[in-house]
Amino acid sequence: MIAAAGLRKTFGATLVLEDVTLDVPAGQCLAVLGPNGTGKTTLLRILATLARPSAGTLRIDGVDAVREPDAVRARIGMVAHGSHVYEDLTALENLRFWAAMGGLDASPARLHERLQAVELDTVADERARTFSAGMKRRLGLARVTLGRPRLLLLDEPFNGLDRRGQKWLGEFLLAFKAGGGAIVLATHGFASALAVADRAAILLGGRIALDRAAAGLERDALHRLYDDLIEAER
Amino acid sequence: MSYRPVVRALGWLALLALLAGLGMAFGYAPREAVQGNVQRIMYVHVPAVLTAYLAFGLVLIGSIGYLASARMGWDRLAAAAAELGVLFTGITIASGSIWGRPTWGTWWTWDARLTSTAILFLVYVGYLLLRAMVEEPERRGRFAAVVGIVGAANIPIVHFSVKWWRALHQPSTILGPEPSPIAAPIALALLANWVAFTLLFAYFLARRVEIARLEDAALQGAVRAR
Amino acid sequence: MSGYARRVGIVLWKDLLVERRTKESLNALLFFGLLLLFLFQFSLGPDRAQVESVLPGLLWLGFVLAGLLGLGRSFLAERDNDCWEGLLLTPGDKSAIYLGKLASNLVLMTVVEALVLGLFVIFFDIDIRRALPGLFIVVALGTFGLATVGTLFAAMTANVRAREVLFPVLLLPVQVPVLLATVSATQVALAGQPLADARAWLQLLAAADLVYLVIGVLTFEFVLEA
Repeated sequence: MIAAAGLRKTFGATLVLEDVTLDVPAGQCLAVLGPNGTGKTTLLRILATLARPSAGTLRIDGVDAVREPDAVRARIGMVAHGSHVYEDLTALENLRFWAAMGGLDASPARLHERLQAVELDTVADERARTFSAGMKRRLGLARVTLGRPRLLLLDEPFNGLDRRGQKWLGEFLLAFKAGGGAIVLATHGFASALAVADRAAILLGGRIALDRAAAGLERDALHRLYDDLIEAER
Repeated sequence: MSYRPVVRALGWLALLALLAGLGMAFGYAPREAVQGNVQRIMYVHVPAVLTAYLAFGLVLIGSIGYLASARMGWDRLAAAAAELGVLFTGITIASGSIWGRPTWGTWWTWDARLTSTAILFLVYVGYLLLRAMVEEPERRGRFAAVVGIVGAANIPIVHFSVKWWRALHQPSTILGPEPSPIAAPIALALLANWVAFTLLFAYFLARRVEIARLEDAALQGAVRAR
Repeated sequence: MSGYARRVGIVLWKDLLVERRTKESLNALLFFGLLLLFLFQFSLGPDRAQVESVLPGLLWLGFVLAGLLGLGRSFLAERDNDCWEGLLLTPGDKSAIYLGKLASNLVLMTVVEALVLGLFVIFFDIDIRRALPGLFIVVALGTFGLATVGTLFAAMTANVRAREVLFPVLLLPVQVPVLLATVSATQVALAGQPLADARAWLQLLAAADLVYLVIGVLTFEFVLEA
């Protein structure tokens, strides 16, 4: 699904990512962990074709995403901090806009069905300005699944969600995987990440310091590995 | 790259041509009957504006080239050409102003060429300002290219609108070559200076692009992890 | 409906919906237009004859200044919540977004201009009945020229340092020839002369509008890319 090799990104004279290589097959989830400022967001943006790598190759679903970003965009859904919500539109109007922009079915039936799926149907006609961060994130997930993306890219998706919300999101992501989609999520939350991830990678100083299967890895063990790596970095 | 000796030769050639041109402007060309010696500034004013237009044409080419290929070389060309274009536009305006003062008594006349040049000056100063405000090189090149294209497309529009506006409001001033037929020595001196300015422009352009290329290479080499 | 047309339509729908709901831009611009009128009146003094001769210029000065404010806000909503990137991620030709934004800007500007014109007529006691059809054409062409480049530059400067200064600095020099044409043509219209007298100006405006529109459509995707 995703085949990234040797990704490198510089902003002016600052090196943000160096030699990042990942492979995420369909139906699997990769959790990318790491301290703030380590390049997780930049990596996600490159995977989303929002930024171009300074070097390296990226293939998504077999297509060269660097040379043909537009061919790939229809298959990707991204929910980042922003969640792409227009504050002055209602939840329903937001979905209608993004559905039409994506060339997708924007019928009221379909839009309401999506809102129901993320439990926002009761506030369909409320302006997004009144929503909590978690609700905006759920709206973002509704938007992103209007089409049927093959890849979900999520930046800190569990932030701002209460326990119930986190449980809900976990189930949502597992169902997405079961449907054959691939997920890459960047997060701080080890427990929530391990609940959905098949592989965990730790990004440190712009490089991948660890990349292993999440099976059998408990939160504390991962924590220890993480702390060791950070110590080693010093 | 073995361009360096060529560029150096170009520099010497430009200097020689400039000296020759100035010599012709002051020695060979006749003294103008009505305006006197001050009219000789035309030998700077006219070549300067022609060179400025050449520069802006190169900005257009560099801009289109960059958008089409995403190769930095085109952007470096556009940026260097824009800087020189602003320089030569400045020279045009200054020389036009100096010419106008003893001739018409004012530092500024709304002469068609002067007005058009002033508008272009503002457009491309804006171009340079935009470049100064955007740090990421790839983004800077793209945005500058768009402004470069708009600026160049605007040139004919500026030319016609100013020309017709001038016809409406003021009689034409004579801040240009003698009305036809142009005497041979004047035409020759003009041509010589134009060639000299073009050579000088080419030399400056080559050096400026080279400096930009070295800066980019140095930046690449200085890349450090966060 | 073809995907492209659908996207143009939905961008237009969204912008108009937001504007109708918040009325942010419209109210501010109308009030600004009123303030400008007062400013003009006070800075020019009560001498009617003096004001009348500069009326076309004042009218367009008002349109351009209000236009600068309105156009500068075109992409403000997109800066919240990463909606900009959301637009970037949508498949297909991004110029549809440009056309949708252009359309909504034209609607907004037309409403504001109509009201400013109305205020002008009242305050300066102008008889525009004869002038109206001609005036309408001039204003339409001039506004289109302002909006095409304005929408493009607004997108470009939306995420750049010193946006509030850079936007007018880039837009105004490009607008000067358009302004020369519209003011001259408006003068013809207000004087009650047949519009055929201003034919050259109108043709120039139409040509400029077309050029700007084509450049906008072709280069918008380069401006949208992060």
